[in-house]
Amino acid sequence: MSDLSHPPSLTAPGDPAAGEPIVSTPPDPVAAPSQIVGRSPNQLAWLRLKRDRMARASAVTLVVAAVVALGAPLLGLVTGIDPTDKFVDRLNDFGMPIGYAGGISADHWLGLEPGSGRDILLQLVYGLRTSLFIAFASALLASFIGVAVGVLAGWARGWLDSVVNWLIDLTLAFPFLIFALAVIPILQDRFYSDRESPSPAFRVALIVATFGLFSWTYTARLVRGQVISLREREFVEAARAAGAGTGHILLRQLLPNIWAPILVTVSLMVPQFIAIEAALAFVNIGVTEPTPDLGRMIFNSIGYVASDPWYTLFPGLTIFLLVLAFNLLGDALRDSLDPRSTR
Amino acid sequence: MLRFVVRRLLVAVLTLAVISLVTFGLFFAVPSSPAKVMCGKNCTAADIAQVERRLGIDRPLPRQYADFVQGVFVGRSYGDGDFRQDCPAPCLGYSFRNNQPVTEIVVQRAPVTFSIVLGGAVLWLALGVSLGMVSALRRGTAFDRAAIGITLAGASMQVYFFGLILLYLLVYSTGLLPFPSYTPLTESPVRWAAGLLLPWMTLGFLNSALYARLSRAQMLETLSEDFVRTARAKGLSARQVHTRHALRAAITPIVTIAGLDIGTSLGGTFITETIFGLQGLGKATVEAVQFLNLPVVMATVLLAAVFIVAANIVVDVLYAVIDPRVRLS
Repeated sequence: MSDLSHPPSLTAPGDPAAGEPIVSTPPDPVAAPSQIVGRSPNQLAWLRLKRDRMARASAVTLVVAAVVALGAPLLGLVTGIDPTDKFVDRLNDFGMPIGYAGGISADHWLGLEPGSGRDILLQLVYGLRTSLFIAFASALLASFIGVAVGVLAGWARGWLDSVVNWLIDLTLAFPFLIFALAVIPILQDRFYSDRESPSPAFRVALIVATFGLFSWTYTARLVRGQVISLREREFVEAARAAGAGTGHILLRQLLPNIWAPILVTVSLMVPQFIAIEAALAFVNIGVTEPTPDLGRMIFNSIGYVASDPWYTLFPGLTIFLLVLAFNLLGDALRDSLDPRSTR
Repeated sequence: MLRFVVRRLLVAVLTLAVISLVTFGLFFAVPSSPAKVMCGKNCTAADIAQVERRLGIDRPLPRQYADFVQGVFVGRSYGDGDFRQDCPAPCLGYSFRNNQPVTEIVVQRAPVTFSIVLGGAVLWLALGVSLGMVSALRRGTAFDRAAIGITLAGASMQVYFFGLILLYLLVYSTGLLPFPSYTPLTESPVRWAAGLLLPWMTLGFLNSALYARLSRAQMLETLSEDFVRTARAKGLSARQVHTRHALRAAITPIVTIAGLDIGTSLGGTFITETIFGLQGLGKATVEAVQFLNLPVVMATVLLAAVFIVAANIVVDVLYAVIDPRVRLS
């Protein structure tokens, strides 16, 4: 079950590149209605997704976000600002940015953080990286565990299935957020003493691990159900009759049939993790300074809501748009992959 | 029915036992001795050992867990001789910070969280279900489309952002509402409600988006079912068909999700409490975690688990009450 080839094989069919040849071959359905073209379910799903205006808009938003996040150092080069730079001379005696709308100027496009005097745009862009990285890594980890456990339970059945079911019930009964809140600092204390400051990578890994370990249940249930219904089908029997091993049947016969719902859960897990990661950072449990983080920016802004609401607005809007775009894309993906679902 | 409840209760007890074990094992794996933290800087090794013995943390872990469980159910005592300190029945230990009994902290903090959640839940259920129902009945109209758009955005909005927006608009820039505060209901119901109005609105508006989407989808599904057609064919008024027949069938999954949401929130709405500076269970957890105040963390995590498990059972029983098709066995 520890075959590392699952995640790539899950995401590949959703890749725009995988659908590229289809785009060029099928004729316009309106222009040539008489011509019949054979299309696989995946091709149909891709066509439906492409036709969805909402999906296109959110996909563009996300691509822009990803490009901005990846190109963060480039932006630093262009503007000549580092996310840790403090422009204290641009703050007044009370630590508030000088100028309108939180100190927006030609040098600082989104103004400065009150108190510290850091550039908000740079914090935002680097925070976007933190956010996206943690969300994607956690979603992949959770899905990987979920698929592995689900396939195992569905395929093995019997006592193993009962154990997995009980494990799922148990995990669901854990107060995830409160538990994450408690576990992350305590485990950090386990590995680092008070004096040395933990490396940012360790903190990020801890967060990803916690998210992954508590969020695999939905995927596991889904995959388990699918495997149970598929394992008795003729094609599995045929493969077995042809002498295929269990590994081949699971990875080559069953997985390709259940990638669609898995892909949908992954795409809907990412916005959840973005929101939860920011929520943890919001109570100072997420990633720590100096790693920029959107949730912590909002937390820092609480004290300035009355005097400088712009400081709250920019990171808040960023998280909102990010989560909205992912949610819309996930919904569109589900609609396109499941022709029975209606809006 | 009774057999079902008893069996569910047994499973619940088992689940809670495992959760408490995991929480206990994890939190007591912390290397920095709580005795050192409590004792202060000028403590000798002998002092620390004395504090450890007093807290009972010099014993082996299984024994400590047994002590903890005993404390919860029959109470326990710390130390002996002149320094004996009795901790009566639901004993959750003492805060490492100020030696306050954890039970006392929980009793102080829980009403705040309860007030936030229950008021918010009334608002989000009333708003969400009615919005979802109306837009399902007027499917395709401008009202429906507007409702879909708003709820889509609302479902992606975060409490920590929306709460601060409301705080800015309603408190700082217009002064329409006072800054949130908690006054016990028994002291003054008016001040209680006025102080919590902002958190209620924050939770109510945001969560209602989700419930509106859900109840719209459920309502559309039930409206197309045969029993609704039969009810119409019988000549019932539209109102009776919609409320007595369709809504009653549509509401079952909503009750499930609402029950679980409320159960989860009761364990601590730490974001709402942090934004508005309310001293609830969530805030207690956040503070305790920052100081590695383990007895408090242990208590709040366990309490949150108890609420979730209890909510699950309540939901299952409610199912049978609401939906006549469900039989518990």
